Parts: sequence; C-alpha cells; structure tokens
Amino acid sequence: MNLTGRARPVADPAGRLVARSGLPTGASPRWEPPVTPLLDVRGVDKSFGPVQVLHEAALSVHPGEVTALVGDNGAGKSTLIKCLGGILPMDAGDVLFEGRPVRVSGPRDAAELGIEIVHQDFALCDNLSVAENMFLGRERRRGLVLDEADMERRAAQALAALSIRTVGSVRRPVGSLAGGQRQSVAIARAMLWGSRVVVLDEPTASLGLAHAQQVLEAARKLADRGLAVVLISHNMNDVFSVADRITALFLGRTVAQVRASEVTHTQVVELITSGRVTPTL
Amino acid sequence: MSIRTNKEAAVKVAANLADSGFAADRREQTLGTALTDYWTRVRSGDLGSLPAILGLVALVTLFTVLRPETFLSKGNIANLFVQALPVTILALGLVFVLLLGEIDLSAGVASGVCAAVMAKLIVEAGQPWFVAVAAALVTGLVIGTAIGALVSLVRIPSFVVTLALFLGLQGITLRLIGDGGTVPVRDDVVVALANRNMPIWLGWVLALVCVAGFAAVELLRHQRQRKRGLAGRPFGVTAARITVLAVAVLGGTYLLSLNRAATPSFDLRGVPWGVPLVALLVVVCTFVLGRTVYGRHVYAVGGNAEAARRAGINVTWIRMSVFMIGSFLAALSGIVLASRLNSVTPDLGANTTLLYAVGAAVIGGTSLFGGKGRAHDALLGGLVIATIDNGLGLLGAKAYANMLITGLVLLFAASIDALARRRRAATGR
Repeated sequence: MNLTGRARPVADPAGRLVARSGLPTGASPRWEPPVTPLLDVRGVDKSFGPVQVLHEAALSVHPGEVTALVGDNGAGKSTLIKCLGGILPMDAGDVLFEGRPVRVSGPRDAAELGIEIVHQDFALCDNLSVAENMFLGRERRRGLVLDEADMERRAAQALAALSIRTVGSVRRPVGSLAGGQRQSVAIARAMLWGSRVVVLDEPTASLGLAHAQQVLEAARKLADRGLAVVLISHNMNDVFSVADRITALFLGRTVAQVRASEVTHTQVVELITSGRVTPTL
Repeated sequence: MSIRTNKEAAVKVAANLADSGFAADRREQTLGTALTDYWTRVRSGDLGSLPAILGLVALVTLFTVLRPETFLSKGNIANLFVQALPVTILALGLVFVLLLGEIDLSAGVASGVCAAVMAKLIVEAGQPWFVAVAAALVTGLVIGTAIGALVSLVRIPSFVVTLALFLGLQGITLRLIGDGGTVPVRDDVVVALANRNMPIWLGWVLALVCVAGFAAVELLRHQRQRKRGLAGRPFGVTAARITVLAVAVLGGTYLLSLNRAATPSFDLRGVPWGVPLVALLVVVCTFVLGRTVYGRHVYAVGGNAEAARRAGINVTWIRMSVFMIGSFLAALSGIVLASRLNSVTPDLGANTTLLYAVGAAVIGGTSLFGGKGRAHDALLGGLVIATIDNGLGLLGAKAYANMLITGLVLLFAASIDALARRRRAATGR
C-alpha cells in the first residue's frame, strides 16, 4: 500500500516541545495547533469504584488526520474512547467540538455530533444481517414500516465505497462472517453516517497480516476524505505507517500529543512504558 | 417520482452493485437455487418451521391410525382449533420474552389471575363484559410491568422473578376464587369467544380477506424488490407461499363450515370466534417484529444487548416492554381459556399451561437462547401441542402419562433448539 505519498498538513513548529521536554503535560498541552481541533477533550476524570482510571486525560483530533492513541494495557485508552462516545459517563472533563463546548451523555449524542466508534469487539448482533447491523439504532423507515430496500442499498454502497468486496451479500447474518469481514462491516457502519470522527479501537489486533493492511488503508482513506480518525493500537509499525499525530496515555494521564514525524519509534515506546522521554542531546 | 426515473435509478444502483461485489444481492434467483439455498440453511441448523410441520404431520398420522373413527371427525377438528387458541396466545407473548433470551415462568398463572379478575367482576360486581375484560387486560399489563421493572431495573434474573411470581400469583387467584371454589362465566360475549361460531358467510369473507391480504403483501414486496434492482424470492416461491396459505386458510374454513353436530337434528357449523382473534394477533405481532423499528430492536437486544446499547437503543425499555407484552397476551389467553371452560377455578393457568406454551413457542422454532423466533412459531407450535393434548385425550391416556409425555415433548423441542444452535455455530451461520 502507498502511504508515503499522502499530503502532510502544514508543519506545526510548536508541536514538538511536549514530548521533548520529557515532562507529563496532563490536561494542558502547551502547544497551540494552527487550527481548532475538530474534537478536543480535556481534563477527563473517570473512576470505576475506588480505581481512578483516567486523570485529567486529554485528546485532540484534527480533520484529515489520523491520530494514534497509544498506551500500555490499562492506560485507559478504551475508557477514554468510551467516555467520548457517550458509552461511559465521565466524572469530570470538557468536550469541545469545533471549539464549542458540548455534552455527550449517551451514544445518541455522540452519533449526532458525528462521532463513531468501531469497538474492539465490533459490537455487532450476530442474528441480524449486515445491512440490519449497519443501520442498527438508526433504522430508516417509511411511516411505521422499516424501509429494508433502501437500507440494503445504502449498506451495499457504503461497503463498496470502502472497497470491501468480501462480504458478498448485505443480507447475510453477521454471525456467518469471519473476523476480518466483521471488522469491515463495523468500519463501514461507522462511516455510513456522514461521520466526522471515526475511532478505531485496536482494529488490527485480531486480524491476519493482509487484512490488517486493508484496515489501515481504510483508516487512511477515511482521513484523506477529511474525517478525523483516531486509531488505538499497540503495534508501532501500524502507528508509524498511518498516523499523523500520536497521543500517548500513561496510567490514565495524557503524557504526549505530538506529530508522528517528530518522534522516533523508541521515544514512543518509552512514552508508553514510562510516561516520559529521556531528553536526547 | 415517475416510473421512468425510478427505473433509471434502479439500473444505476444495479450497475454500482454489480461493480462492488454485491452481486449476490442481485443474483436472479430461480426456484432451483431457492430450494438449494433452503436446504443449505436447514443443513446448517437454521431449521425454521420445519420441525413443527414435520411434527404436525407425524402426530396427525399417528393419531389417525390409532383413533381412525374419532380423531379426524369434524367435531374433533373444531375442538382441536379451540384447544389451540389459549396456548397459541400465551405462546405468542412468550415469543417476545424468549427473543430476549429471558423466560416468563409466571405467564400461565398470570392468565389465571386475569381470568379470575374478569370472572369476579362479571359475576360478583355485575359489571358488563367490556369492563371486566378491560380490567383483566390491565391486570396483565400491571403484572408485566412489575416483572419488567424487577428484571430490567433491579436486574434480578427473569427466571427468579417469574418463579417467585409463579407461586405468588397462584396465591392471588386462590384468594380471589376461594379454596376449591369455582366462578362460573356465563356472560354471552365472553362465552362466545371459544364456544360460539361466526356466521358461515362471515367466516368465508374473513378467510378471503386474509388470503387476499397476504397475497397483496407478498406480491407488493416482490414487485418493489424488482423495481429497486434487488433480488428477492423467485416468483415461484412467492406463488407457492401464497398457495400454501390459501389452501390452509380456505381448507380450514371449509372444514369448520361443515355441520359437525353429533345428532342430525342439530346444526353446528362455522368458524369459532376465537380463531380470527388469534389470526389477528399473529398478523399484528408478525408486523411488529418484522417490519417496525421496535421489532428490530427486540431482535438486536436478544442477539447482543451490549451492541444494542452502544447503538443507542434503550435496552432497559425493550427488556421491560417484552414482559408487558407477554403478560398482556397472557391475560388475553386467560380470558379465552375461561371462555372455553365456562368457568374460572383456582388452578386455571397452573399445571401444564405454561409448559405447553413454552413448548409451543420452542417447537415452532423460537430459540431459548434469544435472538431467533417469529410470531407464527406460536401458531404452528400451538397446533402441535393442541394435537398432542387432544390425541392423548382421545386415547384415554392417564394423567401421569399425559404429564410425562408433555415433559418429554418440551425436552425434545429444547434439544432440537440447542443442537440446531450448535450446528449453526459450527457452520458459522
């Protein structure tokens, strides 16, 4: 796949300082991006009982870019994503969408803003068909009656637009699909809605090599169309092959929000494992 | 939109889809491929109505051989239909509950409480039938709301909630009716439900409306799929479905329109009033489950509740509503049962009632694991159960044998369900 020829946005000179300083930045990134981020979450706290999972976590995502969200197991990546998708309520924190403060108190709020999450477990109903899953919770209807034909047509077009040809029929029950095909359906569902932000939670974790490549290509394709893509991944090769920005979480805190071009592989690994970067020279 | 632009749009969509590898949605199906597809589905564990139909054929053959004089007599066939009414209505409500993978063990005794409420209001308070029936239905809704709230809000397993109510509601019926008491039901309208017949002409008119309506819906769907460039069933299959339904409905109406009185001086013919009621309920439930957003959400919650929640579906409400529907239909079933027995006793709805209804739903093809089942499962399964009950009665089976056989039938149906599910998992469907 060709990821080298993509257009990088204008350089952002201030952006490097965060990681290089080697200090946890917490909720207030010290650099100002040139444009308002599409989605900007700050100061997110979240506890499960006595365990505080997120401490003032922050994440900014920009249109047309892939932002990789990295961190070790238990760093709070999935929790942060679920908070901004309205699936888990956050204890504290602000969400700015296009600079406006918004409230996300349920999956529907997130959907209305155009935030779509492709969950690690895909969150599909095995007993429903591909088309039924893609429109779940947002069924199209004419009067009282479901408009099946319209939904099937749109579902097929969305899959086709992502060059997903392996599903065969949109009437197949999702239970009969293989892992990679389910992933494709989940991604196609996320972009069916004129969504602005698409979050992919460890999309390549359970996939074979060839299909993982396809998914990464799809992520790039979405960003090139002007969507903001958040990619959660453990795989540094994946991160560096598609991400424009990298946000690192360490024990529930955001320790870096940097451009991918400004950090090295080793530095990111350091951020993930220790939450800091040893200053280079 | 004019037909022309429609056609152009269809061609365009067709072209797009052909490019995209979704040719399967457009593949022109023939009768042959439709049959192969069906056989593949059955082999991979998607049995549909097959066990119920095979079971019905086997049972009818068995009882005809064992009791050739009585089983297929006109009187007994009418009897069989009336016997199937309450169990079908109860099973219909259970289909909704089972679709979520939940269970309502109190549905049978809930129907008893509702029937007792109705009988007391008619006999002791002297209320007109519509007040009494409405009160019974409201009682059903209240019971369902209570179960639904305990299951969906408090999150007690439905098995435990309804097991507790199974005992508690029997207590309420006993308190209402009195130990060993019987409240006779003599109200004309209520008694007519299971004991009186429609005029012959009305029976035929309703049968024709039923067949014409089904044919119209099927043909319309066929035409719409063609128009939009999506493949549907081949015309042969659509025609076959219409024919089978027409034969069943018109044949049934014919049999019930013959004079079935035992003595020649007597004239007893016509379709019992309860039959169109059940038909209407099945049609409404089929529509709700298959064609509305609510129904889609019921299947979704039954398939994967967490996925449904993340898709923004109000899972708590869906869970609560199926118990309300279940108990509401249980109330209706209790009214029909009271009508058939002409009285309400403390054990109405107890004993085998619930087992029969669960058996009916499962034999019809509704899965105990949730996410799979249709409204007409209750109808087919109800007929199977009524046939067993009726046939055993004709054979003069003792109570112990009756219980044993009913228990075995339920176990057998549940085994088919579990094995089919394993088969589906193995073949990846």
